[in-house]
Amino acid sequence: MLKVSNLECVRGERSLFKDVNFSLEAGELLQVNGPNGSGKTSLLRMLCGLARPAHGEIRWLGDNIRSLDEDYYNSITYLGHLNGVKDNLNAIENLRISSALAGNGIDESTAYASLQKMGLVGREILPVKVLSQGQRRRVTLARLLVSDTVLWILDEPLVALDTSAVLLVKGILEQHLEKGGMVVMTTHQDINIAAIETKRLQLN
Amino acid sequence: MFLWVIQRDLLLAMRQRSDVLTTLFFFIIVVSLFPLGVGPEINMLRSMAPGVVWVAALLASMLSLERMFSSDYLDGTLEQMMLSPQPLILLVLGKALAHWMVTGVPLVLISPILGFQFDLQTDALLVLAVSLLLGTPVLSLIGAIGAALTLGLRGGGVLVSLLVLPLYIPVLIFGAGAVEAVSAGLGASAHLSLLGAFLLLSLVLAPWATAAALRISTE
Repeated sequence: MLKVSNLECVRGERSLFKDVNFSLEAGELLQVNGPNGSGKTSLLRMLCGLARPAHGEIRWLGDNIRSLDEDYYNSITYLGHLNGVKDNLNAIENLRISSALAGNGIDESTAYASLQKMGLVGREILPVKVLSQGQRRRVTLARLLVSDTVLWILDEPLVALDTSAVLLVKGILEQHLEKGGMVVMTTHQDINIAAIETKRLQLN
Repeated sequence: MFLWVIQRDLLLAMRQRSDVLTTLFFFIIVVSLFPLGVGPEINMLRSMAPGVVWVAALLASMLSLERMFSSDYLDGTLEQMMLSPQPLILLVLGKALAHWMVTGVPLVLISPILGFQFDLQTDALLVLAVSLLLGTPVLSLIGAIGAALTLGLRGGGVLVSLLVLPLYIPVLIFGAGAVEAVSAGLGASAHLSLLGAFLLLSLVLAPWATAAALRISTE
């Protein structure tokens, strides 16, 4: 479904990576590994169409994602290393707004239930700016619970999370993969996510 | 969807009222300084009123331009908007309209009161408000292009003014011209029609240019 061929990323004069090839089918997980500065984030930004590859192409269901544009965005959820939450809004507002922007509006009780699952009970009406880093990350990750997209592109989703939250996220990802979803993620943590097939991509 | 963006930005403005009030008070103070500075010569005040109010409106709406996209850019919500299945043009239009509601509408509402300080007649006051009503959305729409182009640059605020102020000139000329025409006993309809035309033109073109600029700035 997702097919990447001969991808090259150039930053300034330097080529970060080239000849990256992989494909991803339903239920598969791709873990992108590599040291800091090896281009993991750049790769993920290319996969969601935010950055343009210097060479190569990314195809979704056979079509180049450049030509799909908004149709492609219906199928992906991207969580970058910025949380994408507004400091002055509370968790429920943040979750409802980001879901609505992703074309999947939810009502307040659904938002509340997902935040509850993410262990944010009692904090859902506080402005996000008073929450801790890990709690903000949980607010961001709650989007996964309400998303109806196939391909999840996650940049360091486990940063700042405690062990219980890591297990929670692991569970969410496994459930998504079981339903035939796809996940591309980067992480520096040792985590074993059950999938039909786990692919690994090493950048250096 | 489009409404969600407007609603979100209005909600954020409500939570952070200082931004809205800064713009409004800047406008009020700048306009009020002129009668104090040039003295109570009624004829002079009357003739300079439209220009003064309009220039102050340009500068006031410029004040908050930089924040239009930069806070969303810094916390990652802009990225999420760009990945929305909705056309980016619509989102940009929503943001520009929200910017106008927060910074433009208060200026329109307060302008007749400020006009009193310059001894404007009732019909001139009315035309002043109408010209601002037609002109301030253009300022937000054109300003959005500048804000998007300078996104993530250091010293973006200064650059925005250099980019955007020249583009504001036609709006300034016809906005202030409308009020002068009424004060001189001529009709303002020609000036107002042109302002209306600017508004329609920028409604169509500005979101498109802004969306393109955003894609470049965030790449």
